[in-house]
Amino acid sequence: MAGAPIAKTVLTSARPAPPAHPAVRATLIVLAVSFLTIFILLPLINVFVQAFAKGWEGYLAVFWPPSPPEGATLTAVQTRKLAEAAVQTSRTWSAIGLTLQVAAIVVPLNIVFGLAAAWATTKFQFRGRALLLSLIDLPFSVSPVVAGLVFVLLLGRNGIFGDWATHLTWPDPFSLRWVGFENGFPLAFARDFTGVIFTPLAIVLASIFVTFPFVARSLTPLMESQGAEEELAALSLGASGWRTFWKITVPNVKWALLYGVILCTARAFGEFGAVSVVSGHVDVNDTMPLRIEKLWNEYNNQAAFTVASVLALLAVFTLIAKTAIEWKTARDLQQQHQGQAQ
Amino acid sequence: MTFETEFAREPVAPAPRARSIFRRRTTRVIPGLPLTLGYTLFYLSALVLLPLAALALKAAQMSPAEFIRVISDPVVTASLRLTFFASTTAALINAVFGLIVAWVLVRYDFPFRRLFDAIIDFPFALPTAVAGLTFASLFLKDGWLGGLGPRVVAGVNALAGWLGAGPLLNPTALDWLTFPYTGQTAGIVIVLVFVGLPFVVRTVQPVLLEWDPEYETAARSLGASPLTVFRRVIFPEILPAWVSGVALSFARAVGEYGSVIFIAANIPGKSQIAPLQIVTRLDDFQYAQAAAIGVVLLAISLLVLLVINGLESFSRRHERAAV
Amino acid sequence: MPIGLKNRLAGAALGLLVLTGAVSAADVRLLNVSYDPTRELYAAINSAFSAKWKRETGDNLTIELSNGGSGKQARSVIDGLNADVVTLALGSDVSAVERAGLIQPGWQSRFPNNAAPYTSTIAFLVRKGNPKNIKDWSDLLRPDVQVITANPKTSGGARWSFLSLWGAFANAKTHDFSTAQGQAEAQAAAAQAKDFPIYNDAQARAKVAEIFNKHVPVLDTGARGSTVTFAQKQIGDVLLNWENELWLAKDEFGPEKFDIVYPSVSILTEPPVAVVDKVVDQRGARKVAEAYLAYLYTPEAQDVIGQLHYRPRDLAALAKYSADLPKIPFFTIDETFGGWTKAQSTFFADGGVFDQFYKPTN
Repeated sequence: MAGAPIAKTVLTSARPAPPAHPAVRATLIVLAVSFLTIFILLPLINVFVQAFAKGWEGYLAVFWPPSPPEGATLTAVQTRKLAEAAVQTSRTWSAIGLTLQVAAIVVPLNIVFGLAAAWATTKFQFRGRALLLSLIDLPFSVSPVVAGLVFVLLLGRNGIFGDWATHLTWPDPFSLRWVGFENGFPLAFARDFTGVIFTPLAIVLASIFVTFPFVARSLTPLMESQGAEEELAALSLGASGWRTFWKITVPNVKWALLYGVILCTARAFGEFGAVSVVSGHVDVNDTMPLRIEKLWNEYNNQAAFTVASVLALLAVFTLIAKTAIEWKTARDLQQQHQGQAQ
Repeated sequence: MTFETEFAREPVAPAPRARSIFRRRTTRVIPGLPLTLGYTLFYLSALVLLPLAALALKAAQMSPAEFIRVISDPVVTASLRLTFFASTTAALINAVFGLIVAWVLVRYDFPFRRLFDAIIDFPFALPTAVAGLTFASLFLKDGWLGGLGPRVVAGVNALAGWLGAGPLLNPTALDWLTFPYTGQTAGIVIVLVFVGLPFVVRTVQPVLLEWDPEYETAARSLGASPLTVFRRVIFPEILPAWVSGVALSFARAVGEYGSVIFIAANIPGKSQIAPLQIVTRLDDFQYAQAAAIGVVLLAISLLVLLVINGLESFSRRHERAAV
Repeated sequence: MPIGLKNRLAGAALGLLVLTGAVSAADVRLLNVSYDPTRELYAAINSAFSAKWKRETGDNLTIELSNGGSGKQARSVIDGLNADVVTLALGSDVSAVERAGLIQPGWQSRFPNNAAPYTSTIAFLVRKGNPKNIKDWSDLLRPDVQVITANPKTSGGARWSFLSLWGAFANAKTHDFSTAQGQAEAQAAAAQAKDFPIYNDAQARAKVAEIFNKHVPVLDTGARGSTVTFAQKQIGDVLLNWENELWLAKDEFGPEKFDIVYPSVSILTEPPVAVVDKVVDQRGARKVAEAYLAYLYTPEAQDVIGQLHYRPRDLAALAKYSADLPKIPFFTIDETFGGWTKAQSTFFADGGVFDQFYKPTN
């Protein structure tokens, strides 16, 4: 996950390297290109080819069920199939909704954590700082299945907090609805959940676990290299801590922050192993990757790849955004260098 | 971890004396340590350390003898062996091709270079389940790669027939190209190569970019062959980053689940990876056993993490010494 | 922290408390935790029952469904999945939930027919035209035949397949279940059965072991996974699975791709249903949960059951769909193996018969 490297492309590519033998050069290029084609390009193209196996109509039917022809009389089986198609599309939409909701909770939480952790570990020296940095890294190398398992062991009915967790009732924050003033308060939650494991809350917890280090890890190196001089200057001029943070630190790290946010979002969208363990296979707990698995299991190959193509598109957008950020950082750096040179 | 790898490669300026004094003063002047550190520790403990402690606690409920019995169960050892074998193979493939890809992307200009550079990150962004699905469909009998064998055979034989010769190839000559005849581990290795590739490329790339070709020019002008230059001058420079990238791709492969279950045959004792063993144990109501296997995987991840951190601090010291 | 922010935080917290107090359940929810192949069945049943419930009580009933390997599903319920009803593949999985204290003992007699509203059986799915000419259980032992089944350690359907193989090789006694008389005979025979020599049948054991060790190239964790392997990944020559699952595969992939083959005898599978007492009492959903399961026995539901190729308990519905559900002699688990508890602990428990002989060589 390269934040700075591309920035350096711009700075270093001017230096000429000694020319390689044309045969060596050609062989290496062919090797690299065919490797990338087989392992990355083909799978990517395949997703879209499979998604469009039934044409645009089939692609759109995954999201909007076909309506029966006007005035046609339907057999019992046809009626059932139509009803089934409607249920299928509503489940797909619910999976898309849940994926976005989970990301909407997970990403801000990890931003706050990332900023706090980066502030604490880069602006101060304290005992155990290296250990803390290693612990923040830990979720990177934990198997997603283990990440799901730990929450079952912690919050499952027989888990350590099982008694408390299975009886916990909590409102769905996204079900807040306007109910009018008759009930005293105009807003109310339309639905609530009981229990933690096998509910969307467990999916949020598992997603936080696997996306935990992204923001913190993209901020730490940059804030470390920037040091604390600018903040100290602001503070010595009488600015408050918060003001210094918002006006000095955040603008300084905004691109690294955005980069971390993008990676964190991509992972939150795409996590499969960990959420699969804590979802309980209930349809309302499906995120997009889980929905893809179910569609595949329902022999609906094309629909599975259609939902997958949405995620692949998101991945492509992620890559575009990432590249744009790297360009921007590179330009900023260059301007800085020029500024320094003058 | 990857971030650290890359940024660690940035030249560390020898700390000037004035700055080190400044540093000491910052601890007193900059506010927010109790708040940020407290929050960091709370968030870390509640969401990462506490759940991991639950895992250790569950495994600790078993007696040491029982723990050993579970871990040495033939099916479990077979799954751990497979996980290691497949992860190592994938890491080695990535080590070779990742290096070539990084080299080509940095050194040579060719059509669509930027495109190929951009798609390196694709495995990071693509959900693993989708990766498993698409590879499974590529390697099926009627998939683009899985169907390649019979099609190539048919093509060659048709060509031979057109030229008046008999069939050249046995119809089953290229069956090894087709899943699952590619061998039960081949499919697993393929997806693990996919998920691990960016780690190697993205750790080696920045070092190559930073590399000053003047050394190379100098070595060449002294009469060294290009291979010698690479072996004696360039390779030692990228070695720490390369090893660390390979270790990262290995660590990622050891834990990978989503993509593998879609492509593996999942035969216990033959083609079940260790994470699937955990899931299978859970389905069998064997929580402590599942936790035990989980602890083993966790220990491996920690070990790899420590190796990487050790490598990084080594290379940093090395660099500092060089400066 | 400046005062302004503190105030705002307190305000937000207060607002949250007020909101939490105003929680209201707008509609009735029911969670049905089921085994793998029933996705389509319960999708049809659920919408029919919701409509009926709306007509009768005026409540909006949403039935949520969870499908997975039967053992996995039972484990999820034990671990805290708040299922109101379980509709699993085999009695031993419901018993596991019972042992966890969530279901009251005696659930088998709370609904008719051993609490199994429909039956099914294990049959073969082969490629169109039956190129390997697979007709009966003994054909599976031919060296050129690759068999696809799920893992009996994790899949309910695969356990039924295992028992079906074992019973067929050991020549278990069968009955005609298409008549009331045959059913009564089978019930009487099951009640009288005392010792079960079939467990010691060395020939059956050797043959079952040979099939699993030498003829099974892929072992999925669930019944649905094995169908995907056979139909979509096109691996193997014959799929052993639930009858309804074979029909679904044929419907989904087209009748021009597969044929269903019925062996000379097979096992009568009885997937049980039960209300999860602890959950429905805690949620106050007992009435609707019981009505939901009772609905499965109504002629309306029995017709849907037959339509989707499960075998209805209702003999009239069974006769209506007899073209798709041909009559074959069945042996029962109660008479042949002494019930699920005994079969489970002997064959599939850790260190049981399956673990003893399973050493795949292919």
